[in-house]
Amino acid sequence: MNIRLRRATALSASAVALALLATACSGSSSDTASPPASSAPAKLTGTVEFWHFFTDREAKAIQAAVDRFQAANPGVKVDVKSGQDDDKTIQAIAAGQPIDVVLSYSTDQIGKFCSTGAWKDLTPYVQRDKVDLNQIPTVVRDYTQFDNKRCSMPMLSDTYGLYYNKKLLAAAGYTEPPKTLSELRAMATKLTTYDAKGNIAVAGFVPTFGFYENAPAHFAPSFGATWFTSDGKSNVANDPAWASMLTWQKSMVDDYGYDKLTRFTAGAGDEFSAANAFEKGKVAMMIDGEYRNAFIKAEASSLSYGTAPFPAADDKSDLYGSGYVTGNVIGIGRGAQNPEAAWALIKFLTTDTDTVVAVANTIKNVPTWTPALQSPALEKDANYQTFLDVFANAKSSTTPATASGKGYQDTFAKFATDWQAGKVSDLQAGLKDTAQQIDDQSSLGQNP
Amino acid sequence: MTTATLERGAGATAPARAGRTSRRWRRRLVVLSFLAPWLLGTLIFFVYPLIDTLYLSFTRYDLLSQPVWVGFHNYVFMFTKDQQLRQAAFNTLWLTVILVPARMLFALAVATLMVRLKSGVGIFRTVFYLPALVPPVAGVLAFVFLFNPATGPVNQVLGALGLPEPLWFNDPNLSKPSLVLLGMWGIGDIMIIFLAGLLDVPREQYEAAALDGVNPWQRFRYVTLPNVSPVLMFAAITGIIAALQYFTEAVVAASVASGQATTGGGNANILGYPEGSTLTYAQWLYVMGFKNFYLGYASALAVIMFVVSLSFTLVLLRRGGELLGSEEATS
Repeated sequence: MNIRLRRATALSASAVALALLATACSGSSSDTASPPASSAPAKLTGTVEFWHFFTDREAKAIQAAVDRFQAANPGVKVDVKSGQDDDKTIQAIAAGQPIDVVLSYSTDQIGKFCSTGAWKDLTPYVQRDKVDLNQIPTVVRDYTQFDNKRCSMPMLSDTYGLYYNKKLLAAAGYTEPPKTLSELRAMATKLTTYDAKGNIAVAGFVPTFGFYENAPAHFAPSFGATWFTSDGKSNVANDPAWASMLTWQKSMVDDYGYDKLTRFTAGAGDEFSAANAFEKGKVAMMIDGEYRNAFIKAEASSLSYGTAPFPAADDKSDLYGSGYVTGNVIGIGRGAQNPEAAWALIKFLTTDTDTVVAVANTIKNVPTWTPALQSPALEKDANYQTFLDVFANAKSSTTPATASGKGYQDTFAKFATDWQAGKVSDLQAGLKDTAQQIDDQSSLGQNP
Repeated sequence: MTTATLERGAGATAPARAGRTSRRWRRRLVVLSFLAPWLLGTLIFFVYPLIDTLYLSFTRYDLLSQPVWVGFHNYVFMFTKDQQLRQAAFNTLWLTVILVPARMLFALAVATLMVRLKSGVGIFRTVFYLPALVPPVAGVLAFVFLFNPATGPVNQVLGALGLPEPLWFNDPNLSKPSLVLLGMWGIGDIMIIFLAGLLDVPREQYEAAALDGVNPWQRFRYVTLPNVSPVLMFAAITGIIAALQYFTEAVVAASVASGQATTGGGNANILGYPEGSTLTYAQWLYVMGFKNFYLGYASALAVIMFVVSLSFTLVLLRRGGELLGSEEATS
């Protein structure tokens, strides 16, 4: 064998060895943990690592709840890691990091958490401890499981509605918020004022997708729009509600002019800060979650505002009162070192009525545990009550969980931003193409 | 005699050869032991990830489950169905073609002026180098706030002068040029290398050129350029590789300009804001890999990026010298 051939053989062998090593090392550990004990331990001990996404004021509310848990279980120390978003937690779990409890802000990833086993199946714990899941509203029960696998429990929910500035509406002669989208459009036009240069000084309603909570998913319930067909294909081209939503939105954008809106939103201030344009009185009406009540209380307590369900499409007035509902979901990471204590913490945070009420009162999220919803200790003013009503509305809806996460929403949002900028000439053709893209992309998560 | 000589010779050379071989192996082992840290680092942090990425590019893999072999499915999707990739690839190519030459030309011009300065050289060097020390995220944040169409001082000055007030990072036609402006602001890293290269050009060559009566352009073309071409080549190759991986500045500019610079809850970041004009290849790779968790597909994207980067580098190394008029650079 000559030298060149020998070297080539050695290199090939090395490459094959490395490839085999790559194959062996790729992937992730499977869920090998043993099932829970037949009865809950009398005394809990050890450390629980708890990752959640909340920060600042809201993180303090979570810490207070954790402190209550530790006081009730002196043998357990909870190591809290705040400000951890879904991307970080998924990567950490995949890397084998032993996270005991994970709190996610989005139900969009629940399909992935459940289907991959990244979050443990809680069913054995739920059954063993006889947790009454009927105390959780149906829509919430649905978005906390995937393919009948319950890998999470709900920990408060976010419900969307309309916020309006009472002072600005009164100055324009309005005493009531709009109930239909054409009313919203007319009122927004009248409420909008311009400066000497012709730029927007106060916007009646900013319709631009991407501004604060203006996501297609949040507007969809007002049109009754559905994302998927029963066989899992994208429905954005076939369901006329999507075209109606985009047509309404574009008409509002055109009322102002896209460039003027862009200039206005560029200077509108960060959404989650005291510079928020609604809190500053620069926007008369906007869509937002119930948590805004707490932000306003903390950052702009003198603001005179009201809340209402988001207006419904003119031809779907029966949808008025409903809205977009999503929520925080909490589960046990597959690498959990102390699953019994982790489950005890989850059960405490999601089903202990006093704890749920205390957290809800602080961060103004909607309780997902019915006894907490009905508790007299739950502080309810008119602005917060709106969201409790939307939450209770049978027509309120959420975004469907898929095993591929929320890529379908991002693809649609991309099309929607092109549309609002006037880059789409044929709406229906564009929707058809978008549906195809959504289906094509989901094929990446399936066997070819 | 002849035979005996040959036998004696053979008998005498065998142990000597064995000794030489042994010494050679010992020398090799010594060399290898010195190289070991680098070799291990390369194997663990370059060769293994490269092969693993190549393997994963033929799989369906979501980071949380075991990879499943899917053949060329990811590559077929990439070249036939991924519409956002086309936009990301176009934006990346645009930035590579415009940003890299713009930064190099500006840095070369500044370095050339710097060479001619008679006084205050230290101050000017510091002033032009300082932006390179600013963390990229902080630099982008400052730029986006300066160029904010509604509240930024740049537009306020333009407005006061009666000039048009562009939307800058909020305008799909101006967002990439705005990123180029940002890149030109931070030329300190290559400017300082160019300056060293220019100061290294032998003065006798300029004197000889002056005696030959060359004009300034000829002096630059036939004296300066060939001398600094290795430095230019280095800047071009590293610049192109960096442009192909352009990520941080585009992500931060898009998220801040769109008003979505928040974590936790709320609306998702608007990718490539505005209207996908700042979506780069590296961003799309990240989104597909770590937002949508199509790690197999992201690996395929990474493989193609590696091939493109390698091709650019090889072409530049082979042909770049000809463009710059230097034989050295081609060798």
